[in-house]
Amino acid sequence: MTFTDWLRADRLPHIYCAGCGNGTVINCTLNAVDQMGWKKEETVFVSGIGCSSRAPGYIVTDSLHTTHGRALAFATGIKMANPALNIVVFTGDGDLAAIGGNHFIHACRRNIDLTVVCMNNMIYGMTGGQGSPTTPPGALSTTTPYGSEEPAFDLCELAAAAGANYAARWTSYHVKELTHAVLAGLRTPGFSFIEALVQCPTNYGRRNKFRQPLDQVEYFKTHGMLVEKVRRLHEEGREIPPDTIVLGELARRNRPAMGVKR
Amino acid sequence: MQGNVACAEGALAAGCSFFGGYPITPSTEVAEHMAQRLPRKGGTFIQMEDEIASIAAVIGAAWTGARAMTATSGPGFSLMMENIGFAVMTETPCVIVNIQRGGPSTGQPTMSAQADMMQCRFGSHGDYSIIALSPASVQEMYELTAAAFNLADRFRVPVFLMADEIIGHMRERIEIPDSVPKVERKLLKQGVLPFHPDDDLVPGFPQFGKGYGVHVTGLTHDERGYPCATNPRVHEQLVRRLVEKVEGKRHEIADYRVTNPDAELVFITYGSPARTVEQVVHDNPGKEIGHLRFRTVWPFSENALREFPNARAFLVPEQNLGQMAREIERHTSVPVIRLPRFGGALHTPGELVAALEGLK
Repeated sequence: MTFTDWLRADRLPHIYCAGCGNGTVINCTLNAVDQMGWKKEETVFVSGIGCSSRAPGYIVTDSLHTTHGRALAFATGIKMANPALNIVVFTGDGDLAAIGGNHFIHACRRNIDLTVVCMNNMIYGMTGGQGSPTTPPGALSTTTPYGSEEPAFDLCELAAAAGANYAARWTSYHVKELTHAVLAGLRTPGFSFIEALVQCPTNYGRRNKFRQPLDQVEYFKTHGMLVEKVRRLHEEGREIPPDTIVLGELARRNRPAMGVKR
Repeated sequence: MQGNVACAEGALAAGCSFFGGYPITPSTEVAEHMAQRLPRKGGTFIQMEDEIASIAAVIGAAWTGARAMTATSGPGFSLMMENIGFAVMTETPCVIVNIQRGGPSTGQPTMSAQADMMQCRFGSHGDYSIIALSPASVQEMYELTAAAFNLADRFRVPVFLMADEIIGHMRERIEIPDSVPKVERKLLKQGVLPFHPDDDLVPGFPQFGKGYGVHVTGLTHDERGYPCATNPRVHEQLVRRLVEKVEGKRHEIADYRVTNPDAELVFITYGSPARTVEQVVHDNPGKEIGHLRFRTVWPFSENALREFPNARAFLVPEQNLGQMAREIERHTSVPVIRLPRFGGALHTPGELVAALEGLK
């Protein structure tokens, strides 16, 4: 099989805008799932609400497209009731970190055996471009017309601090690395969190000096820095540019986990 | 046995294998008892981070084929409303126990009320219908909880056990049967679209992990389960079916008890006020005082009112300002007398007798 065998062909074309990064993340995730050799009938995709959360609707397995922010709570019920099922959750920055923030930290704390892929476009795309908990300070959105005045969440730090076994960050530019990270997450028992920064040309890029979709992808490429390098620079007391995107595995450990297949 | 414990035992007898909950007075004993009993029976108890997550986990578990339940009270019930609508829209069988306490807001955590009857029926957004049962004894906490699972599986709707603090915390001797009747959840037949209804308007259940490859969404969906949220016809057909599959069977679902059907003055009750009326009827032997007691509250069966052809007045003692009285008024030309008693105190027999005297 290849990743395209996991797609629900009769649902295509998808609803994503031209230039959207979500499709890249779906492809990377399905590639990783395919490499796991899982059976379709043993795999369930779960999501909340938002652009990211439409992804399970394009996948042939059983899937649950739930309410805003609650995907992890629904997924917890599925996994605890039937640990034999492999569960992947698609979510976004608003879904996961705003309305779903409480479920996020508690799913991490339980270290429940789920793999969560967060398409972080730093904006509410579906509703037309409002500020989210990951909108960078100064960035423009329809609800931050003078520039966001709030600090942004570091989702991977949050996941690691709350107890997740695995946390990694990549972007829609780093497709190979992202695929490897999802694969590592799928292989890790316990809670695995993969943050994928994605461009949103329609609602983020055009308001924030990324006129073309690739302009933001280029930004991910030029501003991304491996976590190992960031740590080394830090140890050497050298300056780390403030807009650096820290990439790579930010947590990997083997704490006791819930809902692991018996 | 305590009412809340009987509720948990009724659920276990019915084969409930998943409980997701959050502590809240006066329902907590249901969760505590499930926490103790479920793991030893091979089931799953999980204490979630709030009631939103509790009902979400219950719905998730239900899709794996489990009989799943949660229990809560007023504030937690309010938090569950959005996901209850999700369960309705996705036709997820599940059981939600509400041991009602005084509201609004934090209100009276330890005092009895019946003020969530309308919220239970209409609390989530959109048009829909659900099933709600109301126990008036510890025995019924057991029986009706078990029955709730059968109704949930048969109609694929959330089913509510709308008890109150008095019944939940009451201790009575009960009879536990060797087994309880069990209706199996009808699985989806191969080759049939996952949301294509059978003649009973209920589609077969495409359980997760069985190879159906079903997409389940809270969005308006077609019979394939695919989102179809801007087509007026698809939405209207879906919502009409979701309502009709329950309302169309309301006389069949109906469950009530009739005492003295020839009476002119008739009490109508559900839950703990029934106990006071039973005392009044007991103290006044004869056929003059009628009593209609609903064990199924929603969907409302107006046929029950016709059991009393000579009725001159319906007296409705409730622990609220008259929520079910309003529903009864919609279905009858007989005067409906509201007898609210709330704040935690139950009607006394004397109060109810005085209400009767005023009508003689």
